[in-house]
Amino acid sequence: MSTPSVSRRKFLKNSGLTGAALFLGYYFPASARQATILSGDEVDQADIELSAWIRINTDGKVTIVSHRAEMGQGVFQSIPQIVAEELEVNLADVNIIFAKGEPKKYGSQITGGSSTIRGSYKNLLNLGATARVMLVAAAGKKWNVPVSECYAEAGQVIHRTSGKKLHYGELVLDASKMEAPKDIKLKPRSEYKLIGKPLTRQDTPLKTNGTAIFGLDKKIPGMVYAAVERNPRLRGKVKSFDDSATRKVPGVKNVFKMQMLVFSTIREGVAVIADSTWAAIQGKKALKVEWDDTGFEHISSEEIYKQQHAVLKTKEGMSFKKIGDPDAVLKQAAKKLDVVYETPYQTHSCMEPLNCVAHWQGDKLEIWGPIQAPDWVQGDLSEKMKLPIEKVIVNMTFLGGGFGRKAFTDYTHEAAVISKEINGPVQVVWTREDDMTQGPFRPGVSYRCEGAVANGAVSAFKVRMAGQNMDVWGGGKKDVPNGSATEGFLPAYMEGIKNISFADVPFETPIPVMWWRSVYASTNGFAFESFMDELAVAAGKDPLEFRRQYLKEERLQHLIDKMEAVSGWKSRKKNEGYGTAITECFSSTVGQIVKVSKNAAGKVQIDHVWAVMDCGWYVNPDTIQAQVEGSIVMALGAATQHETTFKDGLAVQQNFYAYNMPRINEIPPIDVYVMDNNFDAGGVGEPGLPPFSPALTNAIFDLTGKRIRRLPFSLDSV
Amino acid sequence: MISLTVNQKAYQVDANPDMPLLWVIRDIIGLTGTKYGCGVAQCGACVVHLNGEAVRSCVTKVKRAEGQQVTTIEGLSANNDHPLQLAWNEISVPQCGYCHSGQLMSAAVLLREKPDPTDQDIDDAMAGNLCRCGTYGRIRKAIHAAAEMQQKAK
Repeated sequence: MSTPSVSRRKFLKNSGLTGAALFLGYYFPASARQATILSGDEVDQADIELSAWIRINTDGKVTIVSHRAEMGQGVFQSIPQIVAEELEVNLADVNIIFAKGEPKKYGSQITGGSSTIRGSYKNLLNLGATARVMLVAAAGKKWNVPVSECYAEAGQVIHRTSGKKLHYGELVLDASKMEAPKDIKLKPRSEYKLIGKPLTRQDTPLKTNGTAIFGLDKKIPGMVYAAVERNPRLRGKVKSFDDSATRKVPGVKNVFKMQMLVFSTIREGVAVIADSTWAAIQGKKALKVEWDDTGFEHISSEEIYKQQHAVLKTKEGMSFKKIGDPDAVLKQAAKKLDVVYETPYQTHSCMEPLNCVAHWQGDKLEIWGPIQAPDWVQGDLSEKMKLPIEKVIVNMTFLGGGFGRKAFTDYTHEAAVISKEINGPVQVVWTREDDMTQGPFRPGVSYRCEGAVANGAVSAFKVRMAGQNMDVWGGGKKDVPNGSATEGFLPAYMEGIKNISFADVPFETPIPVMWWRSVYASTNGFAFESFMDELAVAAGKDPLEFRRQYLKEERLQHLIDKMEAVSGWKSRKKNEGYGTAITECFSSTVGQIVKVSKNAAGKVQIDHVWAVMDCGWYVNPDTIQAQVEGSIVMALGAATQHETTFKDGLAVQQNFYAYNMPRINEIPPIDVYVMDNNFDAGGVGEPGLPPFSPALTNAIFDLTGKRIRRLPFSLDSV
Repeated sequence: MISLTVNQKAYQVDANPDMPLLWVIRDIIGLTGTKYGCGVAQCGACVVHLNGEAVRSCVTKVKRAEGQQVTTIEGLSANNDHPLQLAWNEISVPQCGYCHSGQLMSAAVLLREKPDPTDQDIDDAMAGNLCRCGTYGRIRKAIHAAAEMQQKAK
């Protein structure tokens, strides 16, 4: 990655601002992870491009940039909340805007892996503090008083002894001429005014009156609409197509065959261009396309799970991790468990279907859309559309859900291809059916778990997974085990269990797969924590106490104490089923307890869910609670209501009537608690999902004695 | 040309009479607060009011709205201050926010018909609106809060 020379004047111009302003941002050297803070004036000297995370104009207007996507997880709130804390400005007085895709300025912009806050909060705190120190220094100089007599509050600097005040806007000219100071002392947590408080979200007003602009809402002058009939099996060719009925649909302007690279194969389709979304969709429906996908296997769900079971029965797979010798222990064990857990394929089904606006302008391409990774989109389009990186401008809108799907860059590329073909601006709209059937899907994974207990403890724990490998689909090597084979598993178990192993038995199909909220932890967690429960039962131990003996760290003991205290685990009644599960992913640990009972009709019902999140240092407890509540609802759907199945190589479920997501009347009461400590910040958007399904099925076992080893299952069928 | 009134403003639109109201509102009139989610009346993201009643605009042909009064999320209140909007803000209900135009339009009819709704009333009125972010608990809480606000204002 080069760092091109950009003069200060050009930088100001690029930023779309005129007049003086104080800019503060980070310089991300190509090789270093550690960012360096520079002020606007140092740009000339350092000869690099500066990110403008904070902009303060001479009129005192403060703008804070969100370098990551807002897809519901709340960073549009938490990034400014962090910066404003150290900058000493009121959140109500700042503007928050989305960054464009510019990794040279912002570092990685992929919103994934629950990484936004944990990956950047220290930098953001430093940035806010640095700006504040410079502004205070500028005021001291102006008043000719010691800096120690000055302090900042609510967007102004105050001279303690005289009571004189200057607004930040009056100081930015002087401050912008200073070098950014090093080694800034940050506030102790006890002095926080914003961080740690359950502040209401700044973006809510936009989302209650229809003014928030999502990708699908973006309109640019001269824009036409496109819908695409894509090969339903991802790959293969258009043998022929008949567009005579399509061309008769009023509003349809153009129809053409298109092709593009998706993963490692060419996807062909037929694009319909029209003057409204509806005309484009009607035109697409009227198409008659004959596909040629000879040579590609038309697989079904039955075959997938049959094959997974078969390889798990006969193959050891590639070892991912091994401690001790579980095989030797299992061979000798008087009583051992040997079971298989199955998890389904899932769609992301964001409420906002995929869409993208692209405007090809010959030597330049501009993109607007619900994009999780604007930097990836920029890189992808630069390569595939053969444009210099700076000629690809990527704008983020609000995302109507992401969950991993909107980090995959096929839909942005497709819009660029269509815009180039028609040589004008276009919005490509995926119908719900397109969105639900094209993938990439979360892979369904089967796990063979073998284990033994001795003296009330686990003597052997052996897991083999067989499921499609996203790393391979993303271009990774085939001869290495899945890098996420233990994702979700508490690291502390590894220390306590003497004989333990994880292996990946390679399994692939032609069905495209990619990340889904909490990635492999979403399926691993079900197998690991169900099996832990089975071992606890085999050992004759209380499931929570059984886990406690392996989770000796004080931090984990506190988490379990909290789980017990809030749920009434120890005072449970006879006709109640309680189940628990604890998983760790993206540097946060979440423990959940689910309570079930039988309703009047004799069916199992979920009475309550308690979740305890330990994500270390945190910004906004209300946002965290919301994320865990949402993760549990998503997990509830994936455990008890919906899955994608395949027949003849095609996804069977095409719309919500067949892919039945939870509704308001199907949601149990959910209480979320956030642990208070000062450990490094962990992720928030995903770690609440994996423990729910095992906690639920463990609770059902506790109530009924019935062990559920396949998801999804219907609560009514238990 | 089809005449209809949207948020108390008269429009003449040049649209196929079979075009769903959703796309007329979004692509022709240009009000994008009403969302496309499924196209088959399953998710409720497209709910608007037709003469005060909640309808799914993705399956409501524009000819059905001819000469009628349509209200979209943009017209729910003048200043984002309908009790439901206030409660939604106070409780930070939305996450991604995409489904909430439809949630609010469904809830507004409920609150008008049942000023003090029970949990069962809320289930009955809101079960047609999907939310993938899982904000249901907060939706329930906010509808109760809005009902309370509305009572107090009387």
